[in-house]
Amino acid sequence: MKNSKFIIGGLLIVAAVVYLIASSTSASAEYFMTIEEVVAQQEEIVGKSLRISGAVLGDTIEYDEETLNITFTVAHVTGDNDEIESQGGLAKVLHDAVREEDTPRLNIVYNGPMPDLLQNEAQAIMTGYVDKDGTFYADELLLKCPTKYEEAVPEQVE
Amino acid sequence: MLPSLGYGIIVITFLVTLYSVAIALYGENKKDGAMIESARRAMLITLPLITIASAILIYLLINDRYDVEYVWSVTNRTMPTYLKITAWWGGQPGSLLFWSWLLSVFTSAVTLRKWDRDRELLPWVLVVTGATLAFFLALNVFYENPFKLIPAGVPTPLDGRGLSPLLRHPGMIIHPPAQYLGFVAVTIPYAFAIAALITGRTDDRWIRITRKWTLWAWLFLTLGLVLGMRWAYDVLGWGGYWGWDPVEIAALLPWLTISAYLHSVMIQEKRNMLKQWNMILIILSFGLVIFGTFLTRSGVLSSVHAFAESEIGPLFFIFIAFTFIVSFSLLIQRWASLKSETEMRSMLSREALILLTVLLFLSILIISFWGVIFPLLSELFTGSKVTVGPPFYERATGPVWGALILLMGIAPLSAWGHSTITTLGRAIWKPALAALIFPIVALVSGITNWIALSGFTVIGLVITVTIREFFIGIRARSQNEHLNENYFAAFLHLIKRNRRKYGGYIVHISMVLIGIGILGIELFQTDTQQHLALGEEIELAGYTLRYDRLDQFMHEDGRRITRGEMALSKDGVYIETLAPRFDLYPDGQPMTIPAVRSTLVDDVYVILVNWEGITRESTPFKVYHNPLVKWVWIGSYLFVIGILVAVWKDEDKKKV
Repeated sequence: MKNSKFIIGGLLIVAAVVYLIASSTSASAEYFMTIEEVVAQQEEIVGKSLRISGAVLGDTIEYDEETLNITFTVAHVTGDNDEIESQGGLAKVLHDAVREEDTPRLNIVYNGPMPDLLQNEAQAIMTGYVDKDGTFYADELLLKCPTKYEEAVPEQVE
Repeated sequence: MLPSLGYGIIVITFLVTLYSVAIALYGENKKDGAMIESARRAMLITLPLITIASAILIYLLINDRYDVEYVWSVTNRTMPTYLKITAWWGGQPGSLLFWSWLLSVFTSAVTLRKWDRDRELLPWVLVVTGATLAFFLALNVFYENPFKLIPAGVPTPLDGRGLSPLLRHPGMIIHPPAQYLGFVAVTIPYAFAIAALITGRTDDRWIRITRKWTLWAWLFLTLGLVLGMRWAYDVLGWGGYWGWDPVEIAALLPWLTISAYLHSVMIQEKRNMLKQWNMILIILSFGLVIFGTFLTRSGVLSSVHAFAESEIGPLFFIFIAFTFIVSFSLLIQRWASLKSETEMRSMLSREALILLTVLLFLSILIISFWGVIFPLLSELFTGSKVTVGPPFYERATGPVWGALILLMGIAPLSAWGHSTITTLGRAIWKPALAALIFPIVALVSGITNWIALSGFTVIGLVITVTIREFFIGIRARSQNEHLNENYFAAFLHLIKRNRRKYGGYIVHISMVLIGIGILGIELFQTDTQQHLALGEEIELAGYTLRYDRLDQFMHEDGRRITRGEMALSKDGVYIETLAPRFDLYPDGQPMTIPAVRSTLVDDVYVILVNWEGITRESTPFKVYHNPLVKWVWIGSYLFVIGILVAVWKDEDKKKV
């Protein structure tokens, strides 16, 4: 009898911890996906929190200065670093992704001030979600320009 | 010559340690006191030996001996001498040697104590500490030799590669040693726990012997965390101090178990309960300490701390698995004898509330551990790459931290053995009423966020309840005619008479002060990023920053420094000039150094964003407004004071 209330208390704590873990995991887990995977599985992943990376197509960038809405299209690049290296480095991979027309593509919508680095063949790293029409809404947009990047950070001496 | 000598000494120390472990085991088996004495002496020799090896390493580091691979990899000619010395723990092999050295210091101190009453524990303490020491020395001997020369035939490099720029900071003197001291010190209570399990002396003797060790370990674990936070805040330039980086979590985990342990041992000492818990907690702590070292050292996870990659990862894993298997088998054997005779009866008794505290600490441990392993499990079982970031940890641990703070406000008022809602309510209503002043002040200053308001309420409760505890003690002393003390004298004597209790209360207060800072930055941090031309302004949270100047110059150590100047003002009144910096090291490592103006109310934190190139016409600035964050550091100072009060030698209890 005396023991039972402690057991119930213990179970309550366990239940609370399980709930906290489960709800927080589903609310904040971010899935790493490539553009190819996003395009292929688009229907199953609507609304899920994603982290993706792609090559920016310069011609597609549109910016509305009134609403700060930016739209552009990115092309698939591989997420595997070794593969990038074997294909001749990030700059070349990005360049090829933009040039070859059959790479999977994804339309992006982002709201915010126009970043200077948003330009052709930049690498865009984004977190956000896709809607049912297949448009990716980015909450966070990080850009890397491989050429500039390599200038600023020379190869580390081994 | 010197490098070979250094390596030779490490090898000899390794052999001596093995001898000590073996002869202690053998002597214990034969019940031969002379052999155990020999094991003890062997263990005492390790300290001078490792000290000499370390001295040789430091000598090589200071004197630019680039024919030694380690010296080449962590120093260069432009580094000031103090940084060359800190390079001792700046890379893998050196930091392992540093670990061994610290463990040897602690083990020697323990070995030198008077063992009269605890003779039977001695051989086992020697075995456990010796085995741990041997493991770390073996890593140096077989895998990570700090004295390894560069390959024969390669000309001696003229200059070294230098310490990673992130580590070239005065914080390097104090953050890693504090963290390591905390890690290593946990070995001592663990060794005694295992000795107690093996010998069957499962009373609270092992806890009493190691009480101070545990407090020191806790002090340094906390210092390691706080100093790391401060370093990140001052140098790394991302506007925060805690990123739920896996290595940060690895340092937090043993802190959680030791915090839980320090609470649960009180119950064993007072009520002879929770003995099994104490064993579990100390075994977990030791495993987590090794795990923490492993994470920082193995490079399995990407993080700011993963500056060293190596193949010794699996060895750590085996060592942890080995200690867990041995420790828990011993624990299961003794399980019955660790059963408590007293039964916990009341849910609101002090011991029940402390047990709840322990469970809450463990809950945070489980949640954090889940966050680290979930990505690994997910990739293993579903193939999808996934990560959980800071939002996961904040969301999942936030309520638990809140509950812990609430308990700090309630538990001190409950009685050992039995408490009811009525007795607790009678004690709590006055402090609770006084605590309302905190949310009221917050409301008046415009805060309406309910998490913040409830956070400030429980924090207020802890403060008022703790002050009440002090007040009751002081009043009792000052009204005692035999003592004839004024309030101040009463305050001092009160603490002196029960350092542990009041030191603990000071720590409670320090924790909630840190809580105030965390609430401030977590809930109310704002930021903005803008490109400015000279003369233009940024506004944030009522402050105005005017971009006045940009300088670029070379530092004598080869860094190219870009330094911006911004005039900070509020309501048109000039406050001070902030100068954020961007340093580019000759090897291409960039470093963003923020400029901060800090007050008790808020911090204005400015960085130069280097990413896109910096010109006078277009300089990218990022500004953060971090409310209340200074309380994190204030709380930390108070924490150290609290621990020192608790750990200081108790005055003779017989004297009044």
